[in-house]
Amino acid sequence: MSTSTLEKPPSSAPAKQKVILVEGNEAAALGVALARPDMVAVYPITPQSSLVEHVAKLIADGKMDADIVDAEGEHSVLSVLQGGALAGARTYTATCGPGLAFMFEPYFRTSGMRLPIVMSIVTRDGITPQSVWGGHQDAMTVREVGWVQVYCETVQEVLDTTIMAFKIAEHHDVMLPVNVCLDGNYLSYGTSRVELPDQAEVDAFMGDKNVNWHVALDPLRPMAVDPLTGGSSGKGPSTFVRYRKGQCKGMQNSLRVIEDVHEEWAVRFGRRYAPLVEDYRMEDAEFAIMTLGSMSGAGKDAIDEARDAGKRVGLIKLKTFSPFPVEALIKSLKNIQALGVVDRSVGFRWNCGPMYQETLGALYRLGQATGKMLPAQSFIGGLAGADITTAHFHRVIDATEALLGGATMSTEPVWLNEKD
Amino acid sequence: MYEVRFHGRGGQGAVTAAAMLAAALLEEGKYAVSIPSFGFERRGAPVVSFLRCSDKPIRQLTNIYAPDCLICVDPTLTRSVDIFAGLKPGGTLVQASNRPLAEVTLAPNVATVGLCDAIGIALQIFKKPITNTLMLGAFARTTGVVSLEALKRSLEDSDFRDAGLKQNLLALERGYNETVVHAIAQKEAA
Repeated sequence: MSTSTLEKPPSSAPAKQKVILVEGNEAAALGVALARPDMVAVYPITPQSSLVEHVAKLIADGKMDADIVDAEGEHSVLSVLQGGALAGARTYTATCGPGLAFMFEPYFRTSGMRLPIVMSIVTRDGITPQSVWGGHQDAMTVREVGWVQVYCETVQEVLDTTIMAFKIAEHHDVMLPVNVCLDGNYLSYGTSRVELPDQAEVDAFMGDKNVNWHVALDPLRPMAVDPLTGGSSGKGPSTFVRYRKGQCKGMQNSLRVIEDVHEEWAVRFGRRYAPLVEDYRMEDAEFAIMTLGSMSGAGKDAIDEARDAGKRVGLIKLKTFSPFPVEALIKSLKNIQALGVVDRSVGFRWNCGPMYQETLGALYRLGQATGKMLPAQSFIGGLAGADITTAHFHRVIDATEALLGGATMSTEPVWLNEKD
Repeated sequence: MYEVRFHGRGGQGAVTAAAMLAAALLEEGKYAVSIPSFGFERRGAPVVSFLRCSDKPIRQLTNIYAPDCLICVDPTLTRSVDIFAGLKPGGTLVQASNRPLAEVTLAPNVATVGLCDAIGIALQIFKKPITNTLMLGAFARTTGVVSLEALKRSLEDSDFRDAGLKQNLLALERGYNETVVHAIAQKEAA
């Protein structure tokens, strides 16, 4: 295993901020290469496949110095990386949909062991009905497993965020695995202009590698890792509670670290992303729509058109979904009078989108602080590869605006692609 | 914003063509985004892909429903697919065909047609009916949205090598030179 690759960039290192044209999956692979993981493990699954193919090619071409394990399935992929991370390696993989489902047992264990593994989820809708198309259902389904989850809007953001993810995961106040979510189809295969950061600049941004300091598979320092905790008898449940509390602390700490890392990225590379919650044309907005991931670009174009038509509407985009950035979101919500939330997945329990349902929790906190009850409507679109166009967003804007005029907040979601 | 929808059949390279055109537009300092359609692509089945270009950064990552231009890389596709759906008034069709204009399927919104016998030329160059680079040359000739030089440079920067590169450069050139552009008289608005 390569352990000290930091001092010398490969001779084929790209020129500073070279402009290239790549699909989102290749952008992710280039981001991974620039972050210099020691070990990757892969199993292909649509629409993630070309991502790990690009990683494999970078390694085969000598442009990336990492061990690659072509495992027999996703459960093994993540289990292998756990071993690598425990031995001190920076580790990476990518998956989606059924692959993520198959790796669920080690997926839960990764956050419990506080292993800073980075994994892209090239988001794919849930089966069944059978589908291999994009949607956020896979990542949403595992939002309660203690991984940090961030969603990207553009191909450039995929590249940049993939690098930042390692720094966030490995921060000693966080020590949690991170999912970089990129929308299957529209982002994974969408080809776009990106600026490729210089390797030496990325090395300086990443700093010294110190992946593993709290547990280690080291024959000279034997230690028990992930021991059986006490239950209700014997040693008692306190160890388990301490672990869980620590995970929650790491999640909360990550909010600050995500902001700090994005700020450092902006200073060093000149590209500034809202780390938690982005406000678009919210300054004097009476009402707003809320988006996640690649749909946000069309959403912003629709907002511009609605503004031109005299509507005082803005857009709130979440980049960080887990941990849920409640305080930052409340700041965005506090001056508006109505909200429409567009989800690309289904919350079966509450008959609405998952982001909508989580936002209701933030609205309760806002209500506690101000006494304001903000009406909000759930919209569900873009399932299984379906498009969410500016035309769909105009329906969202109009229906949300109707809440301003006293329309009742419905307990039914609006299904945007029902008649497409 | 200028929007192009590619129509072809699986195996003819419509998806690759959209990405190659995006690369050429990038060479010219423009912003470009290409998106393939998502379906069970297989050889011979109708496929579409999309390209947007602009002087400003492009935010929309969606399919294209009201294109400025259609590039149809297969001469028989209009028999089974309504390629004209959503075409903007005054739109452009770049069509692979060896037929005279009067025998080519058109729609009321088509104001400009570029015709290129792409299958015939491809059989000479590649010995196979692969028409995508030819039709990019035809697109450059018909619209002027991209230059032949930028298309050539982007091919030279791509994964094409040696004989494959030479053949595709020749295909671009012949597509450009052998395309006939027709202006279609538009009916006055009633």
